[in-house]
Amino acid sequence: MEVKQIKELITGEVHTCADRMDIVIKSACGADLMSDVMAFSKENAMLLTGLVNPQVIRTAEMMDIQVVVFVRGKKPTAEMCELAEEKGIVLLSTELTMFTACGILYKAGIAGKGSGCE
Amino acid sequence: MSSIIKKEYDIPANDFSLAGEASSNVRKLLTQLGVYPTVIKRTSIAMYEAELNVVIHGNGGKARVEIFEDKIEILVYDEGPGIEDIELAMKEGYSTAPDFIREMGFGAGMGLSNIKKNSDRFVLESEPNKGTRVYITIYLY
Repeated sequence: MEVKQIKELITGEVHTCADRMDIVIKSACGADLMSDVMAFSKENAMLLTGLVNPQVIRTAEMMDIQVVVFVRGKKPTAEMCELAEEKGIVLLSTELTMFTACGILYKAGIAGKGSGCE
Repeated sequence: MSSIIKKEYDIPANDFSLAGEASSNVRKLLTQLGVYPTVIKRTSIAMYEAELNVVIHGNGGKARVEIFEDKIEILVYDEGPGIEDIELAMKEGYSTAPDFIREMGFGAGMGLSNIKKNSDRFVLESEPNKGTRVYITIYLY
């Protein structure tokens, strides 16, 4: 599924890399704990999180995560947007809660890959 | 065999806006060299976890990275408080990270075991009040 469809499904707002809306996402993970993202989410290209700090962008970079969605109405800071632009990471935000956002995307066909989740 | 590329990075203490900068640099370097994406990811994860540990626990330190024809060798070290019980520190879920680190999404006690998991060779040396040295080797093929 292309990022632009994801954006529509979760009524998302685009904060960075608006020119990359055609990236195709097949699987995602939802976590507020970056330690877990680092340990359990090797194959996912999208992260949904309620955590807002620059280390979210760093973690995304290390994990080849191309799209980060901030849930519960949280917005990335200017510093985070700058870092994400530099790394080519798309930042979206949605008013939806983590559970609802994940549910909508899962139902639409985005898988969750990771330990025991295939 | 001598290394093709040798780099050294400073890891500043308690600066979370810069934590990950060294790993990010190594990642860029490996990408430019055309290293396999799976190897780049394993190296990134291992080094980033080690780098975070130095920022969180080690009062800052250094990383030495050497790239050979067949492997990457990384040494991440600090002169911080060291680890009293290495076996316990290696246990998944055990962490001495303070609350503010947990609020940042880290300190779940997965770091050291995750470094080991992503390395082909992992050695941890530490002594209380003398610091910690993490040696990581990852083969390119």
